[in-house]
Amino acid sequence: MDKSAVRLENVSKSFGPVTAVNRVSLELRRGEILSLLGENGSGKTTLMNMLAGLYFPDEGEIFVDGQPVTIRSPRDALSLGIGMVHQHFKLVDVFTAAENIVLGTGGSGRYDAKRLRQDILDISQKYGFEIDPDRKIYDMSVSERQTVEIVKVLYRGAKILILDEPTAVLTPQETDKLFAVLRSMREDGKSVVIITHKLNEVMAVSDRVAVLRRGKYIGDVATRETDPKKLTEMMVGRSISLNIDRPEPTQRTERLRVSSLSVLGEDGVMKLKDVSFEAYSGELLGIAGISGSGQKELLEAIAGLDPAQPGASVLFTSREGEAHELVGKSPLEIAALGVALSFVPEDRLGMGLVGDMDITDNMLLRSYKRGKSFITDRRRPKKLAEEVVDELEVATPRLSLPVRRLSGGNVQKVLVGREIAMQPTVLMTAYAVRGLDINTSYTIYNLLTEQKMKGVCVIYVGEDLDVLLELCDRIMVICDGQVSGVLDGRTATKEQLGLLMTHMEVSAGE
Amino acid sequence: MTQLIQLIQEALAFGTVILFGAIGELLTEKSGNLNLGTPGIMYLGGIAGLVGAFFYEAAAGAAASPVMGVLISLVCAFVVAGLGGLIYSFLTISLRANQNVTGLTLTIFGSGVANFLGGSLNKLAGGVGQISIAVTSSGYRAATGLENLGFVGNILFSYGFLVYLAIVIAIVASFFLNRTRAGLNLRSVGENPGTADAAGISVAKNKYLATCIGAGVSGLGGLFYVMDYTKGTWANDGGIERLGWLAVALVIFATWKPVKAIWGSYLFGVLFWMYLYIPGLTRSSQELFKMLPYVVTIIVLIVVSIRKKRENNPPESLGLAYFREER
Repeated sequence: MDKSAVRLENVSKSFGPVTAVNRVSLELRRGEILSLLGENGSGKTTLMNMLAGLYFPDEGEIFVDGQPVTIRSPRDALSLGIGMVHQHFKLVDVFTAAENIVLGTGGSGRYDAKRLRQDILDISQKYGFEIDPDRKIYDMSVSERQTVEIVKVLYRGAKILILDEPTAVLTPQETDKLFAVLRSMREDGKSVVIITHKLNEVMAVSDRVAVLRRGKYIGDVATRETDPKKLTEMMVGRSISLNIDRPEPTQRTERLRVSSLSVLGEDGVMKLKDVSFEAYSGELLGIAGISGSGQKELLEAIAGLDPAQPGASVLFTSREGEAHELVGKSPLEIAALGVALSFVPEDRLGMGLVGDMDITDNMLLRSYKRGKSFITDRRRPKKLAEEVVDELEVATPRLSLPVRRLSGGNVQKVLVGREIAMQPTVLMTAYAVRGLDINTSYTIYNLLTEQKMKGVCVIYVGEDLDVLLELCDRIMVICDGQVSGVLDGRTATKEQLGLLMTHMEVSAGE
Repeated sequence: MTQLIQLIQEALAFGTVILFGAIGELLTEKSGNLNLGTPGIMYLGGIAGLVGAFFYEAAAGAAASPVMGVLISLVCAFVVAGLGGLIYSFLTISLRANQNVTGLTLTIFGSGVANFLGGSLNKLAGGVGQISIAVTSSGYRAATGLENLGFVGNILFSYGFLVYLAIVIAIVASFFLNRTRAGLNLRSVGENPGTADAAGISVAKNKYLATCIGAGVSGLGGLFYVMDYTKGTWANDGGIERLGWLAVALVIFATWKPVKAIWGSYLFGVLFWMYLYIPGLTRSSQELFKMLPYVVTIIVLIVVSIRKKRENNPPESLGLAYFREER
């Protein structure tokens, strides 16, 4: 009997110019737990979304139980027995667990609330869940919500269960519980895919590991025959030489001294735990980590946007040698001291720029507070806008074009260019090259290096390990809101970074 | 006593207009579409019913029967108002246009079309320049036959059938939303279309259906206004639009619950007409009383915001377009 439950053959998917998944072939067997491992942006979620019917592949074929199938919608996927638990839960907050579970399951007229409740309890008992069908979702903890999601998928009769980073939001105890449930599903003959980048979990729960890197399929190994080190190598790959110019730091003096900085996230989970580090002038400090490990919160806390927990201290030393405590100051006061934040979130326009305003007005946003007159001074921002457009080669037909209509790379140039023009003492950038082509990325790298040589303390949160290794003087690695190590950018290796990012101890060579 | 009965009767008639409007808008909003075109849609419903009845009575002459007149105008009103909803749906769901702008435009469009046609009908009718469709209107206003049972009969049974239909529709809507699978699906679309989509529910289909049927129901409010409230006549006085906005306010007042909208609509009616029964009011201080329904709505909004009960909040994705592959 054929043991393959699902087979993907040469599946590809692009979003605009970016190829998220590039000719991937993957097999999932019956009664196994498969880990899908890869860095951020390696295409794990995109690949699985194609199985779940959220995205439609550009090319390639999908086989379920050996039969070629077309999955055009989540409903198609469910009718084939494929169910996915998304990282961001797809639950209706004001509904009860039972209502969420019955949602969208065929039939018309009234639903039998009593039988539904019994069905839910049966499923829970079979696999060892704890669930109260009548509780509203908004009253539930994150792990209870996840349970609802899983029961929802099982209630629809899924034989193939895909979990997208299921443990990201769970405590260790909850994780153990989840794994026990997954194992009992495996005993029941179901196939489970868990998308993750936590190596210890991969080792703990899965039978087989498949690795993706930059949208490409690297290979798969039986978990028994591998170890975290080998998996890390598969995940990060060999170093590629990028030839980014990296001069030695000069005039190195302390600018920022961060100690015991903790930040509480919106959902009540600690996003940063007791982070301490120093940053120096004339130095490019890289921050590496799996996305969502607390990079955003770190920068925002320094910039005064996120409130720090009591006991934290961020000591800033200005160029004149004066020391200022930044915790407790408003974002405006901090910016006035010369601490600049240029943050490039997923949608690029979300923070820092106003999409419907033109380049000049966006420059004005940063400088108008310095003006004395009632009427805004538009002359200087306009001059600045012209300079930024010239120097950074922003491709725009005219200055009066709304920023929203520029391409992503040009938007980023405007944002970074504006922050640099403020002549900051500390320049923080996050994901400054996300979505940019190679040439533009190099322009940004050179800009940052130029700032460093001018004696600015540059903090660069990046995703691409190769870039971090060639651009930064020191690299601080964050894992799960904690600093897991600080490496010298000139001697560190990709494997070291990879292991620190996934929280495996290495002898850090500083 | 007669004054009280009169006030209640006026309030119920007034309330019925906005109850239809509000139930239609409520269904629409439950799908996540904030249709501010409700006043325009009520206008469309009103004028379509009037046009249908007018031509039927003109064609049938002396043989015109109230039942046929009622049927024809009812269908005309529902279908034309539903088409108004279809315009809105196409723009906001398929083309993902801004819902507020589309809705407001629809209000202007609907009232323009209706007032143009209404004015033309008044000209066509000749005579004193006032259209009258007495036969159909009498069909709408035919009371239950129980209105002579003294006080109770006066208050409960002295209205045309649309008053009762409005209550029935509100109760059916409540049952549909809270007890049926289709209703659950519809609510999930308005709360979290991504979730609904992932659960295999067609977001577009639910939004289209809820918006068009909702518009049809709202249109009946306009029909009731023309046929019963103003007794089969037409005046370009903006009366329907004023009530249309109250219908939108009533949805908020009722915290998106159809059954609450029933008594809410009558309360609005009492508040609105109270000025007639308070002695010593001048023309300007009357207007203060007509404002009361809005004041009450604001108070409800404040109370709901303070109590922070999730069930009383608007559908979570109200006013937002949905696009599956958005990253």
